[in-house]
Amino acid sequence: MLRDITIGQYYRADSVIHRLDARVKIVGTILYIISLFTFSSFQGYAVSVLFFGIMVTLSKVPFSYIVRGLKPILFMLVFTAALNLFWTPGTTIVEIGMLHLTWEGLYKAGFISLRLILLILGSSLMTLTTTPNQLTDGIEHLLRPLKYIHVPVHELALMMSIALRFIPILIEETDRIMKAQTARGADFESGNIARRLKNMLPILIPLFVSAVNRANDLALAMDARCYHGGDNRTKMHPLRYQGKDILAYGACVFYLVVLGIIVRI
Amino acid sequence: MSIVLQNVSYTYRNDGNSVTQALSDINLEIHKGEFLAIVGHTGSGKSTLIQLLNGLERATQGKVFFQGKDIYSKDFSIKELRSKVGMVFQYPENQLFEATVIKDVEFGPRNMGQDTLQMELNSFQALKDVGIGEELLDASVLALSGGQKRRVAIAGVLAMQPEFLVLDEPMAGLDPVGRREIFALLQKLHKERGITIVFVSHSMEDAAEYADRVVVMNQGKIVLDGPPRKIFCYEKELERIGLGVPQATRLVHRLAEQGAQIEKDCLTVEESAAAILNWLQG
Repeated sequence: MLRDITIGQYYRADSVIHRLDARVKIVGTILYIISLFTFSSFQGYAVSVLFFGIMVTLSKVPFSYIVRGLKPILFMLVFTAALNLFWTPGTTIVEIGMLHLTWEGLYKAGFISLRLILLILGSSLMTLTTTPNQLTDGIEHLLRPLKYIHVPVHELALMMSIALRFIPILIEETDRIMKAQTARGADFESGNIARRLKNMLPILIPLFVSAVNRANDLALAMDARCYHGGDNRTKMHPLRYQGKDILAYGACVFYLVVLGIIVRI
Repeated sequence: MSIVLQNVSYTYRNDGNSVTQALSDINLEIHKGEFLAIVGHTGSGKSTLIQLLNGLERATQGKVFFQGKDIYSKDFSIKELRSKVGMVFQYPENQLFEATVIKDVEFGPRNMGQDTLQMELNSFQALKDVGIGEELLDASVLALSGGQKRRVAIAGVLAMQPEFLVLDEPMAGLDPVGRREIFALLQKLHKERGITIVFVSHSMEDAAEYADRVVVMNQGKIVLDGPPRKIFCYEKELERIGLGVPQATRLVHRLAEQGAQIEKDCLTVEESAAAILNWLQG
């Protein structure tokens, strides 16, 4: 029933991008997203699209797979494009009743859609090539300076990775409880919303009970092994920058410089 | 009066795109009145198999008949099937959710559309059958012991008045006393109420002691099917698929291999003890 839910959207492949340090990918993605807002010219978009194209090729993730990330924002995309198409003042091309399709609108709609698309695709390239655990690890490292203003960075990261770890277990549990209650004649598909919500109780209550029990067991197991938070902890796979990571930072800087020059011209 | 599986296969897609064949070409008839054990290794398909019996999972190929009627045909009432074929999952105590014992037991019969009086009677009787006393009817399910919770969960299925009771590893995680209690209960239901019992287990001892028919599964196929005495003659075959025979049976088999003139047809500790005594006294 729930077997086909995947967590995050990691695409397993062996590529340079996959092997990069998670920190590089996070910083790179943030830089890329910011860069998208610094220009609105053809040349600028050409550079961004080219850079993105190179990254996709390097990542070995099929393009059709990446494009799937656009599905959830399709409506927003069409909506903003339509708004810009018809409500931008300028030289009118066609007039349909109250609606004026203008040249300027066409430009603006095109650019804004392209910007949105690159924004989404750029960040999904990161999540496609980085496992949720690597991401958590990278975020923890990057946020480390916040410790000096007493933000519990390590604890937050730990909570995130525990939550991620528990998702598949809870899915399995939900599946089992659902089947058990179905066998007792429970019906989850018919009735109005209030009825259906009420019918979910036989699943939700056992699920909560078991989640709390599991959390309790986990806390006990961590205590038994003298777990005591972030200070002086070592890692099994410490994050260390390697040659290719430096190179990747270089590539980001190169992209920004080229973008800067092209846009100025 | 039986459940028939005819050329049943079951496949599912894992993440990625690989396909797993959980069951392939199963033919099985479960007769009314049997006490059937389904044994097999983890991943042999036994849990999937039992979920086909009341339509929780749908076979990808083949047909399932309940009392001669195709359960996948449109005019078949799957709800009725689920009340006739009661299903108790592994660790059933994890599915309790109501505030009190009696309310939880009433959940099944209410869903089946029994009227209030009938529902209360059946629930009360089911709890009595599993040995939960009247003083616990209004107790919180969370206040019960592990063994009690399991019996309440079984009562929740019994209250629907099933003709077949299917249990997935009913003794998992119980101590020896708890195991015996559960099996005594199953035997009582089988004998006094005439309920057909189907249980999944990986304990050969349990299968030998309680079942009158054993179905052995390996890699999605039925490899052996018959009364325990016949099944446990195939010691080598059973060992090859990682199962073996009951310890008591193995002992007399070993003795016979060493040349002892001993009765080999033993299933329980008592039978083996008698056989050994017989042999020693010549």
